[in-house]
Amino acid sequence: MECAEELATLSICSCASRLKLLRSLVRDAASLAGLGDDDVDAVVLSVNEACTNIMQHAYRMDPGGRIEVTLLDDGDALVVRLRDYAEPVDPAAVYVRDLEELRPGGLGLHLISSLMDEYGFLDPPAGGGNLFQMKKYTARDRGRS
Amino acid sequence: MTFAVQDSNGFAVVQLCGEIDLRNSPEARKLILTSLKKQKHVMVDLSAVEYIDSSGVASLVEGFQYARANDLEFGLLGVSEAAMNVLRLARLDQVFPIYDSLDDRLSHGG
Repeated sequence: MECAEELATLSICSCASRLKLLRSLVRDAASLAGLGDDDVDAVVLSVNEACTNIMQHAYRMDPGGRIEVTLLDDGDALVVRLRDYAEPVDPAAVYVRDLEELRPGGLGLHLISSLMDEYGFLDPPAGGGNLFQMKKYTARDRGRS
Repeated sequence: MTFAVQDSNGFAVVQLCGEIDLRNSPEARKLILTSLKKQKHVMVDLSAVEYIDSSGVASLVEGFQYARANDLEFGLLGVSEAAMNVLRLARLDQVFPIYDSLDDRLSHGG
């Protein structure tokens, strides 16, 4: 991890109008990290979902909130970290729901769990808020080229 | 982003297009539910959808549930590959009635 190369960092307000900009950056960064097209799509959707969760649940749609997204290439994986400054989330309260139960909400984490190789909250950062990390392995894609 | 509704053969067809995310999914939800309150048969055309996230999918689920609870018809038309990929991940491709087009739906009768 100490050799991780930072690909990009984006700081956005908690405003849904910024999601398209975020997806564009993530798409380019994931390609730069060597991911194939399907994996790029998977990362783009997962980051969108994680950010949407922060906007809806952590900041409760308050556009004054701030979200910092960092994309790293650690040599084996594309690492995405999303940092917010909202009230700390209890990781135990965040779980993938049963899809047999048909309801509109709660799909985001299911999509992340289906699409990413690793995901979860890291230790709360100094200064409060939350730090959520996801990984998509890249070594497999590099081996093909 | 502005979505459209067209009335055709007794159906309201809600046409979504472009990228559906938290920014415009409330508009999609409102349009779908409003159409269901006016029309017994509502189809959502996803053929021009380039991207859809869970908030957009949630709008479709709400429409489906409202229709089921009120004895109305709700279905999807011409689902784009991008949208179908997300519906499959959410395991909703087997839940929503899906047709190639309105003609396809009409050919099924009912």
